[in-house]
Amino acid sequence: MKYLDEYRDGKIARKIVDEIHRIQTRPWVIMEVCGGQTHSIVKNGIDHLLPEGVELVHGPGCPVCVTPLEMIDKAHAIARREGVIFCSFGDMLRVPGSDGDLFTIKSQGGDVRVVYSPLDCMKIARTNPEKKVVFFAIGFETTAPANAMLAWRAQQEGMKNVSLLVSHVLVPPALAAILQSPQNRVHGFLGPGHVCAVMGYEEYEPISQRFRVPIVITGFEPLDILQGTLMTIRQLETQRAEVENEYSRILDREGNVPAQKLVSSVFEIADRKWRGIGTIPQSGYRLRAQFREHDAESLFDVAQIDTLEPEICISGEILRGLKKPKDCPAFGTLCTPQRPLGATMVSAEGACAAYYAYGRHLQAAKEFDVPVHSIGGAA
Amino acid sequence: MNRAEEMPTEREIDSDVGATEVPSPLFGSCPLPIFDHKNIVLGHGSGGKLTAELIDKIFRPSFTNPVLDKLDDQAVLEIGGARLAFTTDSFVVTPIFFPGGDIGTLAVNGTVNDLAMSGARPLYLAAAFILEEGLPSDVLRRVVESMGAAARAAGVQLVTGDTKVVNRGKGDQIFITTTGIGVIERKGVISADRARPGDKILLSGFIGDHGMAIMSQRENLEFEGAIQSDCAALHELVAQMLEAATVDSQEVQFVHCLRDPTRGGVATTLSEIAAQSKVGMLLEETTLPVRESVQGACEILGLDPLYVANEGKLVAVVSREVAESVLQKMREHPLGRDAVMIGEVVAEHPGMVRMKTTVGGTRILDVMFGEQLPRIC
Repeated sequence: MKYLDEYRDGKIARKIVDEIHRIQTRPWVIMEVCGGQTHSIVKNGIDHLLPEGVELVHGPGCPVCVTPLEMIDKAHAIARREGVIFCSFGDMLRVPGSDGDLFTIKSQGGDVRVVYSPLDCMKIARTNPEKKVVFFAIGFETTAPANAMLAWRAQQEGMKNVSLLVSHVLVPPALAAILQSPQNRVHGFLGPGHVCAVMGYEEYEPISQRFRVPIVITGFEPLDILQGTLMTIRQLETQRAEVENEYSRILDREGNVPAQKLVSSVFEIADRKWRGIGTIPQSGYRLRAQFREHDAESLFDVAQIDTLEPEICISGEILRGLKKPKDCPAFGTLCTPQRPLGATMVSAEGACAAYYAYGRHLQAAKEFDVPVHSIGGAA
Repeated sequence: MNRAEEMPTEREIDSDVGATEVPSPLFGSCPLPIFDHKNIVLGHGSGGKLTAELIDKIFRPSFTNPVLDKLDDQAVLEIGGARLAFTTDSFVVTPIFFPGGDIGTLAVNGTVNDLAMSGARPLYLAAAFILEEGLPSDVLRRVVESMGAAARAAGVQLVTGDTKVVNRGKGDQIFITTTGIGVIERKGVISADRARPGDKILLSGFIGDHGMAIMSQRENLEFEGAIQSDCAALHELVAQMLEAATVDSQEVQFVHCLRDPTRGGVATTLSEIAAQSKVGMLLEETTLPVRESVQGACEILGLDPLYVANEGKLVAVVSREVAESVLQKMREHPLGRDAVMIGEVVAEHPGMVRMKTTVGGTRILDVMFGEQLPRIC
């Protein structure tokens, strides 16, 4: 398929892997920021193609994972109300709160609907004027413009029965928090391609300079990941620390300016709690005061719900690149996508769930290492 | 709307989903001693792990017997010297009409295919209808006419049936259950526990068509060129394959397993065969046929075609020595025109399906958990 097959070509992959093997002289730890990248790495077995000294650790960029448990509980409390149509992206439905998930609420008679675009909520609200339509607006900068558009349109069109439960987070403060940690192991980042398609990558330059780390904004196809890894290792091996753009077919330094304007007209920056990590100052969005009548958190009076995370889960350390899913004794046994104990198992994009989905719980990953000479030999 | 808003859940709770006969390695490490869902959730009808749990914890304790406990897609019964295949299936698909078929064609072909996967010649069907008060008669007529046409095309007769009507709001337009019976004329057993190391794995054509046709229709997703369901009766294709693999005209020796990868897709079907046969499988991702439109739709929604439902495809595990000739025979049939060899059975990693990815890495294919959900970004 055009624009996809080119980025999954085994022969080119082989060339990049050979080049990584050739230039790498020291052990490096590289964090891919996005859950989508983690997914692609595990799905394609990319980590098994890299030299032993190059370790990929999995970052915090899974929006479903880092949505705090208390926010899930708030969502569930709203979805249970009479007269509410609760709309969400599909992968939030299976995330368990303190008492079941949205599927359970649906099975008990709650009106829970999957939408593909936040603006679908406008249609639902128009056809159900007697109902309150609530959209679960979560995600990173990637989903912020579409979510902001819902709030903006609802206000423009005076749709008083549309509101948003907002739990938006931002990537740069999370990277800074990881790098500030005394236990930090990360030498370089594969930066978040789709986040930067919206925001550009200018805001990553001060982080790269301040902490002396390479940040290579990277896409999601196998060759993107390999090329991003090669560019990061090239910088590390030559003692450079810059922001580079591997994903230039999609984005530039400026990003999508109209989208940024829309986002900042609807949202303002606020402190946010991250599941598995805790509160990071100035790390998310909330609705601006002029959108208060579309703010579900105050409309439904759920602001006081506060839930504590289970303590046994190591997802906080996984999200900061300190540990891997297989370091957890509960991984694949007590903790499965069916019964997740914490952040990184709840969404398909989470590192633990990706490892589980691609069978890494079935046997130690090491046994599946593929010799490098077999690359590109596929029929 | 009580119907699934997720990936295809055409055939809801039903004992024919391929739960594993041996304790699956999937459950080995995570025992589920009690059924701890207070309510049935949609995932219990998805054909994945939740369905397997439902069968194990609720249905099997009450119904257990040697035939059921094989948990194949159909029961094989010996009655008066004849071997009969017997199966049943419920159809609740929404929308009722979709590109490439409707609930009626699905209800006939789905049951015909479950019979065919045992090597049986399908003979007779029973059909039960649950209709919602207010359903337009014309809709029912259209569905029934396409059932009639599908049955004629498949060479089966619908010989008995039942109808119930429920109050408006207590059903969703129309639910159909079909039960089928067929005769197995050749000796030899085709079953999911018969794959052996060295066997080749054949797939009859493009994957994911049905699931994505339903999904795009259901959610009003508009893709360039409507994706057509592959809904079709496969028994003639099977007969042609068995002919190529039969030594004397009597005994099937070389076709070991046949399955139609419906809910849960090719990945779930192969994982189940690997678990039941206690063998490993090795696939080549580059050989998997996926239409560009299906691939595109899956990429947009973050779904994996390997887990998307098919209604007119089969996977076959066959002896190495006949693999090429069976594949040739498949390609001579219109429903097997795009058949390919996708991998082989190995002795290593029993119970596990591994796939060499296009970039040369390795990935493991597991049984689907619940439904595939569209991803957020």
